[in-house]
Parts: sequence; structure tokens; C-alpha cells
Amino acid sequence: MDLLIRLPSYIQKSFVEQVRLLDRFSNKSTNGTLYLTATHLIFVESSTNNSTSAGQEIWILHHHIASVEKLSLTTTGCPLVIQCRNFRVVHFVVQRERDCHDIYSSLLRLLRPVSYEELYAFSYNPKQNDQQREEGWQLIDLGAEFERMGVPCDQWQLTDVNRDYKVCETYPRDLYVPITASKPIIVGSSKFRSKGRFPVLTYFYQEKKAAVCRCSQPLSGFSARCLEDESMLQAISKANHNSRFVYVMDTRPKLNALANRAAGKGYENEDNYSNIRFQFVGIENIHVMRTSLQKLLEVIGTRSLSVSDYLVGLESSGWLRHIKAVVDAAIFLTKAVTVEGASVLVHCSDGWDRTAQVCSLGSLLMDPYYRTIKGFMVLIEKDWISFGHKFADRCDQLDGDPKEVSPIFTQFLECVWQLTEQFPQAFEFSEWFLLQIHEHIHSCQYGNFLGNNQRQREELQLRERTHSLWAFLMSERQNYLNPFYSPAYSEAHPVLVPSTLPYNFKFWRNMYHQFDRSMHPRQSILKTILTLRENSRKAESTLQALESPKQHGFVLSGARHTTRQSNVISGKIGATLQLALESCEYFSFERQLGKCEKMRGAHVRHTAPLEENGLAGGANLRRVQVCSGP
Amino acid sequence: MEFAELIKTPRVDGVVLHRPFMPTVEGTLCLTGHHLILSSRQDNTEELWLLHSNIDSIEKRFVGSLGSIIVKCKDLRVIQLDIPGMEECLNIASSIEALSTLDSVSLMYPFFYRPMFEVIEDGWNSFLPKDAFKDLESMTDEWRLSEVNKDFSVCPSYPPLVAVPKDVDDDTLRKAATFRHSGRFPVLSYYHKKNGMVMMRAGQPLTGTNGRRCKEDEKLINATLRPGKRGYIIDTRTINVAQQAKARGGGFESEANYPQWRRIHKAIERSNVLQESLIKLVEACNDQSHSMDRWLSKLEASSWQTHVKEILTTACLAAQCIDREGASVLVHGTEGTDSTLQVTSLAQIILDPACRTIRGFQGLVEREWLQAGHPFRQRCAQSAYSNSKPRQEAPVFLLFLDCVWQILRQFPCSFEFSESFLVLLFEHAYASQFGTFLGNRTAERAKLSLPEKTVSLWSWVNRPQELERLSNPLFEANSLVIWPSVAPQSLLLWEGVFLRWNRSSRCLDEAYEEMVHIIEYNKELQNKVNSLRRQLAQLETEDPLLQTP
Repeated sequence: MDLLIRLPSYIQKSFVEQVRLLDRFSNKSTNGTLYLTATHLIFVESSTNNSTSAGQEIWILHHHIASVEKLSLTTTGCPLVIQCRNFRVVHFVVQRERDCHDIYSSLLRLLRPVSYEELYAFSYNPKQNDQQREEGWQLIDLGAEFERMGVPCDQWQLTDVNRDYKVCETYPRDLYVPITASKPIIVGSSKFRSKGRFPVLTYFYQEKKAAVCRCSQPLSGFSARCLEDESMLQAISKANHNSRFVYVMDTRPKLNALANRAAGKGYENEDNYSNIRFQFVGIENIHVMRTSLQKLLEVIGTRSLSVSDYLVGLESSGWLRHIKAVVDAAIFLTKAVTVEGASVLVHCSDGWDRTAQVCSLGSLLMDPYYRTIKGFMVLIEKDWISFGHKFADRCDQLDGDPKEVSPIFTQFLECVWQLTEQFPQAFEFSEWFLLQIHEHIHSCQYGNFLGNNQRQREELQLRERTHSLWAFLMSERQNYLNPFYSPAYSEAHPVLVPSTLPYNFKFWRNMYHQFDRSMHPRQSILKTILTLRENSRKAESTLQALESPKQHGFVLSGARHTTRQSNVISGKIGATLQLALESCEYFSFERQLGKCEKMRGAHVRHTAPLEENGLAGGANLRRVQVCSGP
Repeated sequence: MEFAELIKTPRVDGVVLHRPFMPTVEGTLCLTGHHLILSSRQDNTEELWLLHSNIDSIEKRFVGSLGSIIVKCKDLRVIQLDIPGMEECLNIASSIEALSTLDSVSLMYPFFYRPMFEVIEDGWNSFLPKDAFKDLESMTDEWRLSEVNKDFSVCPSYPPLVAVPKDVDDDTLRKAATFRHSGRFPVLSYYHKKNGMVMMRAGQPLTGTNGRRCKEDEKLINATLRPGKRGYIIDTRTINVAQQAKARGGGFESEANYPQWRRIHKAIERSNVLQESLIKLVEACNDQSHSMDRWLSKLEASSWQTHVKEILTTACLAAQCIDREGASVLVHGTEGTDSTLQVTSLAQIILDPACRTIRGFQGLVEREWLQAGHPFRQRCAQSAYSNSKPRQEAPVFLLFLDCVWQILRQFPCSFEFSESFLVLLFEHAYASQFGTFLGNRTAERAKLSLPEKTVSLWSWVNRPQELERLSNPLFEANSLVIWPSVAPQSLLLWEGVFLRWNRSSRCLDEAYEEMVHIIEYNKELQNKVNSLRRQLAQLETEDPLLQTP
């Protein structure tokens, strides 16, 4: 088997036969063989005699594995439970304990890479040449993005103060600041801010000349102040003639901010800053979020869960409460900017988690561009990647501090999903796009999300040594389109005003139960409509080709066509017609979808007929599940 | 006309109507015998016509001389009417109260309503038992249509004609009826064409504390078993509840007397518990506070989704016994008019593609609810806002519709009808201009001469324009059994009913229209392509050159 090449020496056993895969929620199980490769753990179902379809395959990328647990030996074998970061949970039973232990210890070694060089991105080769790869990295250009917003302008300018990462090593090189903020002010302000993350522009609302700025908490302690920092805020305020004040949004709960004062940090004292309006919005910290998700996953992973336990669990996990808090904060930001025309400065503690969530979600509400596929990539590149959300730490890319891991970006994706549910026509992309991005923040297959900040990414030479996810997603853009998207809707409603009444927030089943097939609708409206759309598109071009008089010298359409005319049609034109008709064959789009999924390293897995699976039944639509593969 | 006595003030000018997510309307309020009407008397504004029977409860509020009446409807809508003048307001309020709580069935609107549309097919004749039996006869000759109940004397809540095993005579049926709650002896509910298995329903057996038995009852249900085969009895009550029923003369089939049957107990709640659940759920949905924890805990406390899950699980079980185990099934609870019907009708939705069409679903509601004797008048007398103490009210039918909606959400392409058909049935079960849901049983409907004196809802539904409105554009016939997921994560709150008036549905409606547009456009194009394909085929036969490319 060619999958088994290049095995590192610490892989003790490359395959085990007679492994049982238990279904998570029913008593079903399937038998198969488990393969261990340098990058993946693969389960291949043994083909059964009475079934003509190939057995299912499950490909699990080592980077996706969050934990491996070997349970105590049972009469049927040794259970091995693997939890993945994309919320897949698999439960194997290996016949011989010895084999189980070998797999277990190999995996333990594999899932704790200690250096970046071990990550998949550095060996992943999608058969592209250097030029193609280079072009891929050039797809997103943040300079052009600020230009699109109308920056630089008469009030905002590009500063070179961080060209060499000297002022703030977790910020990007290019930063935009008010025209009146001189270098000494910037440097002074940065010294008064946690990790040197001084206030900079992240979004400019051209219509009202209002700015969204971001920073980290001030090192104010109980009484410290910094004139440069005060001047900095003054400069932000002055850059907007529409409002006499600037909002300062501290996205933390007040109690947390107060506690920070004891450590010499804290929040802005309204008395020291002229013309600010200070506001806490109460989003919890990374530790609360991590625990919350853990609780949620625990609850929904329970077998034979009752409705009551589910709802109680959903409530006590606090997960939806946190999601709502982030959306509420983004709405506050959006209102301040679009309705009041005021500029807003957003911060939390370090300004790379909650701040990133609120700034990016707020921008998404204000600007229809960010609700397109390309725009969403730009938004993530800007507010998350370039401003130093610590993807490596938060997504646990390298063996590191478990206390640094937190699903902050997952929450952001979920907030966006909640909005797509309320505004089905406002987004160019579908849920599949969000799921695919989520897949790859953990896959380490592309360079984009590796490391914690831009400086580190440059040191790792990611642009030279790895590929860009954005180029890949763009190449199969049509798979991620939302068929209900209406640019006219966005024109009519450039600013989204979502309702945050609690019942508008739903459990995102397609994320947290992505791989639990029995939980999902057996027929997908999205998939059906996408297929129809593609069929229509093909039929359109066929009809156009056939009805074009220039091409054929006469009109071939509908009832006007007579027998006499048909006699003069040459064989060649008849063949053209035949070809054109073949190209609009039904379900060719389906095939294409399948192909693309293979290409992006995903596999169509569950090929067993639906009726085989517990309460699954009737539907003739096959649900395609996706995980990374070679 | 006796209504006139109840209407103290027939008309008030300058009334302001507030509805959620709609602009306020100022106009004239009129009360008639059956309607509350508000009209601005301008051409382009919509008028409000509200059936008094749709009003669940009202509240009065006064600020100075301005009175407000908050009208809470059985379809869960809440509107507010601002009425200038204290006296007018009080008069209107007491009139509405009197008119919306009329006791006599014969004063209900359906007896006064004259259709403004052309009746293409009289719905009262669309789903007669003898026609349904013809379908059965085409599949099997093991059943017969018995007239034992033709004067409703054997079982008052059954229709005059019921399907029973061919080998069982009417005397046996009469004796078996004395052994079942309210005379509801086991009758055929569904015949599974694929394997010839059947589902029957009945009332509980009246075993009592001393374990009474009835040979005729045993004979009747054993007659449905193939030689050497076992069947399943699904009791919708827990074993404890069933045990307790013995003290009141009820009970369940013992293993000793029914050795060929395996009994399974499930736990579907009934009557007051369900009504409480609905009230709590609607209260939670109307709570406009912004706390997520409060919402989730209220949703949980309502237990509504628990009931949905329990009913669906039991229906899946019945369907599984029939389709997977190849066994016949008898379903009953206590009376056999509530949870029993939820289970038998949902099992048919799962098993029988015909029930997933618009017409098939009407037939199902006729057979398994109306003719099977679900007491609609008692169950739907009050809805979630009623202040009076519930007597017989229970949202049994609404829960059934909710379960159908859950399956529809999981198989969006397998139903010929859309969600709006389910919402329509919910509305008409509680308040309607049609006679279909009046009364508690066939006997009562016959006595009221409903088919002669009122219009059937099905007459309204089965017209091209209405069918079009209720149809599901995604429908593609699916002949398979459809197994829904009953995991809590797969069950959703039925927003189309419970959040219908609490949110603006504009965005969702527009997206739905876009979907319809995409589907229709594709159809049109495919038709064009097909016509070209035909032309090509024609060319090929006419032009020999094409045969040799």
C-alpha cells in the first residue's frame, strides 16, 4: 500500500487488522483495518460480501487529534478513544492489547509535534510550482484593503514605526494611525499598553468617517496615567469630526478589569481622558470559554441524552450565552459607528482574543464586503492573522501550555453562522465555507494560521515553504457559495441589525456534530439548491450556444423549427448540439463536488446505504463528510 | 338575532391597532356576531378580521380615558387595541368576552359561513371510510368493513364503518367492545403493503384488579397474526400508570392471556400535563428579556421538546416493529383517542409515502384523528393564553403537527406539502370558518348535520390556487421509509408556530421566495433543453448524415 511510505522510525506498527469502530450514539459497529501513516490515521472498513459499495474510510489527520485514550481491556478487545479538534470522536476496539498499545504510543508521539518543521504544512505538496504558490500568497493584500476603506486619507496615515517589529512585535509591520499621532506619541502610548499593543486603526467607516481602533489594556494600575496615551486617544477623537467623543469598549467583565488593576494593568479612567465614553461589555476570558466548550461537548457526547439534560447542559455550559455576548458587543460597536457616527476603541486584556472577535464581527455587520467569500478571507487575514491572534497557542498546534488553548476563533465562526441563519440572503458563502476554514485552523496543512504573529511567520518563511489556504479555497469557491445570496439585499441593507433575543441563537449541529451522521437531516436543502443552480447555469450556456444565430447560421429554437429546415442541418452542427446537451447532464456538478473534495484532501466516507445505519433511512441523498486527507 | 344582545357597542371610531413587526393602523372597530373587524377605510391598508372563536383571552388596561384591550389569540398572536373612551372600551371588552366564549356549537361561525369560492370537490365526501377500504381491498382480502357500529351503539366514538379481520364476526366485535375502554375495540389503522403487517389501535383493556379476560378480544387481535408470528402491543403509558389504571377498571394485556404478544410500555404524557407544557412554552417564547440562561431554562421547564421526542420515539418504535421486525402492532393508551392517535398517525408518515402528499395527509387526518374520535372540541377549546382552569384541553393535535414538522425538517424533499399546511391545520383546529374540526366524534358531527350545514376545510384546500400555496417546491417523490433522528440535538423549536408573531420573518420569507425562484427557473430551463433534445432525436431519424458522425 503506497500510503505507508516514509514512516518515521517511532511508528511501531503501521497497520492493525480486525479493528472494530463503534458508533458513538448507537450500538452499531463496523470492522476494518487501521493504518498509521506519517500524517494520518486511517480506518478502512472491510468490504462486506453482500454490499457492492466500497467500505467507508475515515481519514484522521494527526494534527486534528486532541487526545487519545486507552481504556481498560474488555472481553472483546482493547478500546481506544480518539477525540479530534474538529469535533470528531472515534471509538475503536483493537483485538490485541499489544497492537492497541503500539498504536496508542505512536499516536502520542505523533500528536505532540515540538517544532513547527514537523507540521504538515511543511511537507504538504499540492503539486503546484513556486509561481503558483507565490500567487496564492498574493491573493490577499491588506494594503489594498485599507485603500478600499479609504485609508490613508486626510485624517489617517500609514506609519512605519513598526517596520521592524520594534514597537510591538505582535502587530503587523504596516499600521494606520491618526495623522496627528506623532512618533513620540505612538511610542509613549505603546509603553503604556500591555505587550506594546497601542491603539491602531482596524476599520474605517467611510460614510461617517468613523474609525474602529483596537489596542490592549492600559497599564494604569490604580492611578498611573500616560500623557502620550491620552494624546493618542485625543488624536483618534479629533480624526472624526462627526462626534465629539470616542467610545472606549472594554470587552471584559468589569470584575476582571478591576482585578487587573492589582497587577498594574486595568482600564481607562474617564477623568484622565478627555472626550471618551467608557463601556464594559462583559465577554468572558479564554479560560471560561475553554471550559464552556468542554462542558458543551461533554453534554452532547452523552449517549441516549434526554431533552431535559440536553437543555440543562446547554444552559449550564454557558456556550450560547458567550456567543450572544460577542454578538451583543459587535452590535454595540456597529451602532456606535453607523448610527452615532462615533469612533470606537476596542480592547480587552492583550487585545488579541475578544478584541479580534468584536472588531471583526462588528466590521462584518457594517460592511457587506466582508460578507463575501473574498471579503471574509480579508477580514480574517486582517483582524485575526495580522493583528496577532495566537493561533498556534489557541489551536494547540505545537505541544504547549494547555491553559493557552481556547476556542476563540471557533466562537467567531459560530457568531457568523448565527448571523447567516438570521440573514440567509446577506452572505455570499454558506456554512460549508465556515466549516472548511475551521477544519484548517487545526489541520496545519496550509501556512496561514501557523504561528502566533506575523513576525514569527516571517521567521518561519511560511510564504516560501508552505501554501496558502486562501488560494485553495478560492479555487473551489463555487463549493462554498450560498445559493440564496443576493447582492441587491446587501445594497439595500448594508448594515445588518440582528436580533439577539435568546431564541435566535441555536445550537450549531453541523459544527459540533459534523461527523455524527445520524444527527443530521437526511436531505439537505442547501445541497439540493446548489445542484439545481449549477444545472441551470449549464443549461443556460447550452441554450445560449444553441440559440446563437451567428454560430450556426440560423436560429434553432423551439417550435419555429420545421422539418424542412432540419434537413439542411449538417452533421457537424448536430454533433455540436449533442455535445452541448451532454455538458448539461444532471448531477455532473455532484461529481465535480466529489472530485474537489478529494483534491482538497477530503474523502467521501460513508458509502454504506443509509438504511444500514440505525434510525437513518430512506433518503436517497448521501451526506458527504469531510476531513483532511492527503 | 341573539348575537345583538351580546354586542353592547357595535362600532368605535379612532381605534388604534398595534401588531408586532407591523405598522400601527388607526381605524374603525366593528363587532359582528362572529368577527372583530378593524378597518382604516383606506384602499391600500389591510383590514383585520378576527374570529371571536380565535380569541383565547383578553386583558384591559386604562391610562386616563384611553383604554387598551390586549387580545390574545388561540393561534398565539397577541394584538393590542387602543380605544378612546372608557365606556366604549369596557363595552367592547365585555362583548368580545361574551362572544368568544359561546357554549353552543350551533352558534359557531361555520354554521353561518357561506363560501366565497367555487367548491370543486365537496370535502365532506373526499375521505369516506368505504373509499379508503377500497384501497385496502386492492392489497389484501384478509379484512372486511364491519357495520357493527352503524348506529354508534357499540362504540360512540368510532365511525359507522370500521375495518376488522375477515374471520371475526360482528358478535365477537360487540363482546370485545365491552372489554375495551369506551367500547374502542381493536380496529385496523394501517396496512403495510411491503410485508402485509398491520397496525391496529384500541382503548385499554378493562382487566381491572382481578385480571378479567375476554376470549373475544384475544381472538380478535390474534386473528391479525400470521401463523407462528408474534406481535407487539405498544402501550403509550408507563408500566406504573398502566398498573394504576387497573384500580379504575382499566389495565393492560397480561402475558398469560396474550402469549403471542410482546408488550412495550412508553411514556407519552397526556391531558393537563401537555396543556401546562404549551402554556409554559408560549410564555417562554413571549419573554422578551435578553438572558440566554433564562430562555434555556424556561424552554427546558416547559418540557415541550421532551414530549415531541417521546411521541416521535414511540412512533419510530411502532414503525420499526412493522417494517424491520415484520410484526403486527396494536397501539393503545387509556382511551385510545390521544397518544394512541399520535403514534399511529406518525408511524404512517414514516412508513407510507402516500401520507406525505397533500391529499394523503388530509386522508390521514380524517382517518386517524377525525373519524378515529379525537375530541377536537374538548381538546382545542382553549389555547395557551386561557385564564380559565383547563378541563379537557390539551394540545395533542398540535404536538402531532410539531412532530410532522420535525420529520419534514429532516426530510425537506420528501413531503408534497410545506410547513404552511401544518400551520393552517393548527389554526383551523382551534378556530375556523369550516366545519371540519367541530365536534368530538363522528356521531356528534352527524347529529349536528355538519356535512349539510357547513363547508369542509378540504373543500377549501383542494383547489388549484390553495394547493399551489401549500405545496413544497422541493418535493420529489420518495417511496422509502423515512427514519427521523430523535436525538435532542436534532429536534428544533417550531418557529413557524411558536415564534411566528415574535419576530420579523421578512428575511426568511425573502430567502424562501428566492429558493422557489431558483427551482422554477431550473425547471423552465430543463424543459427547454428537453425540447431541444427531442428535436435532436427527430433530426437523427430524419437526417441519415447524423447517424455516421
